[in-house]
Amino acid sequence: MFSEANVELLLGIVKNDLASALWQTVYMTFLPTILAFVIGLPLGILLVTGEEGGIRPLPKPLMKILNVVINLLRSVPFLILLVVVLPISRFVVGTTVGTPAIIIPLAIAAFPFIARLVETSIREVDQGVVEAAQAMGASPFQIVWKVLIPEAKPALISNFTVALITIFGYGAMAGIVGGGGIGAIAINYGYYRRRALVLYCAVIVLILLVQLFQSVGNTVTRRSDKRIR
Amino acid sequence: MGEPIIRIEGLCKTFGAGDGAVEALKDIDLTVERGDIFGIIGLSGAGKSTLVRCMNLLEKPTTGRVVVNGRDLMSMSERELRRERQKISMIFQGFNLLMQRTSLENICFPLELQGVRREEARKKARDLLALVDLPDKADAYPVQLSGGQKQRIAIARALASDPEVILCDEATSALDPKTTQSILALLKKLNRELGVTVVVITHEMRVVEQICNRVAILDGGVIQETGLVSDVFSNPRTEAGRRLVLPDGDKIHVLPRNRLVRLVFNGSSASLPIISTLAIEQGIKLSVIEADTRSIGEKTFGSMVLGLPEDETEAARALIYLREIPGVTAEEVTEYVQ
Repeated sequence: MFSEANVELLLGIVKNDLASALWQTVYMTFLPTILAFVIGLPLGILLVTGEEGGIRPLPKPLMKILNVVINLLRSVPFLILLVVVLPISRFVVGTTVGTPAIIIPLAIAAFPFIARLVETSIREVDQGVVEAAQAMGASPFQIVWKVLIPEAKPALISNFTVALITIFGYGAMAGIVGGGGIGAIAINYGYYRRRALVLYCAVIVLILLVQLFQSVGNTVTRRSDKRIR
Repeated sequence: MGEPIIRIEGLCKTFGAGDGAVEALKDIDLTVERGDIFGIIGLSGAGKSTLVRCMNLLEKPTTGRVVVNGRDLMSMSERELRRERQKISMIFQGFNLLMQRTSLENICFPLELQGVRREEARKKARDLLALVDLPDKADAYPVQLSGGQKQRIAIARALASDPEVILCDEATSALDPKTTQSILALLKKLNRELGVTVVVITHEMRVVEQICNRVAILDGGVIQETGLVSDVFSNPRTEAGRRLVLPDGDKIHVLPRNRLVRLVFNGSSASLPIISTLAIEQGIKLSVIEADTRSIGEKTFGSMVLGLPEDETEAARALIYLREIPGVTAEEVTEYVQ
């Protein structure tokens, strides 16, 4: 494993590819997560506010469809989804290969998951506070904007971290469509070419990144939560 | 009769439908007058919370009318109702403060909803903090406050929109007795100084005694009695009323074989040494089965259940004597609840 050739290969990768791979990893983790949140946040809120007895009930069939679509998208394995939505990638980012091509599939895979995470966060908001706002004459929009989202903020940040790390894990598969990033290095050098040293080092970098994301996420969550003295 | 501010007519509320339907409120008629501190008392499950939630339509009545300030809430659009609710504030057992906002921001919240300018809202919130005696808690988050302080902030928040009515849903039930006293005193002060009408929902007699001028007794979704607190509490006319006002009546384990008489004292006469007078002057001995006196407002009220002597003529004489005492109602008890 520690043969001269292997070490040399590793050093070469560190010298030439590490910086850009790190950047690609970060970019193809954050961008899809943010995109997925933009879609998933309103959907998750709708799942709570639109149900029977919610603050703005929607027609039952509509809620049913919404739930089924979310479950359906969540049950498709990512690799299959990746292939299926490549035409959409071509349409949106203009290519089906490389790092940009994986942004759209990742976002599509993640938004139903995020919608569910948002749903649970919003459900945690004390119903009594919502009732108090209604008693003060708040409109459904005001309740969402001034009560549900701010009161659920710590849970939302915490769930953003969960989603980010999940998407980070999927991102390693970018290598399959010719994308870059640390995960691609692990797969291309470590797995396909059986260079264990590169594989282990890449995995260690991935572990460190996850640790970093999680601790930053925890800190931000804790700081934002005024329920902690 | 003063000017009615809340008028409820023929209100029914049924939860669910078909076989599982529960009739929470049955044909409620109720009028709260401007400036009242109106108590609605009942045991848990009586429907009190549902009733108070019908007053701002948080709970939509199945049938009936809810008229607040001369306007029929049931016929309003969502938008009109929201505007109307700004004049009907509510405080809760669980305080229901926004946990992620400071006290000051919580008080600003209703003003924010109404689009009041930020500086103006904050200035008003500071005044209200002073009014509820917590001027130094502006930047404290709810988690840093005690239960009583949280309820004070909730009251300040309720006052921010200059309401005409404050609905209190078991507002003191989560508080210890001392804190309860101070919150009740605050509500009374607001009623007196700002003229705001207060509706209090509670299961505690003492809350009603302490601040209310009028009371309705709710039992099984039906208003059993309503009237001035002094009238209803000194002489409850219904079974439900007696159960609430004389709460220990069903806990006595003696099985009296004698005839019983219930005395209800009305004000000053409660202190008369009735029993000893009877014994000394008439030679009639009565046994005390149950006694309970309390002060309501400025007067003393009480009730007593006495066992009459076994001798029929002595019993009759005792009854005549008792009935002649001014300010005392003597009523023979035929069904004594064990």
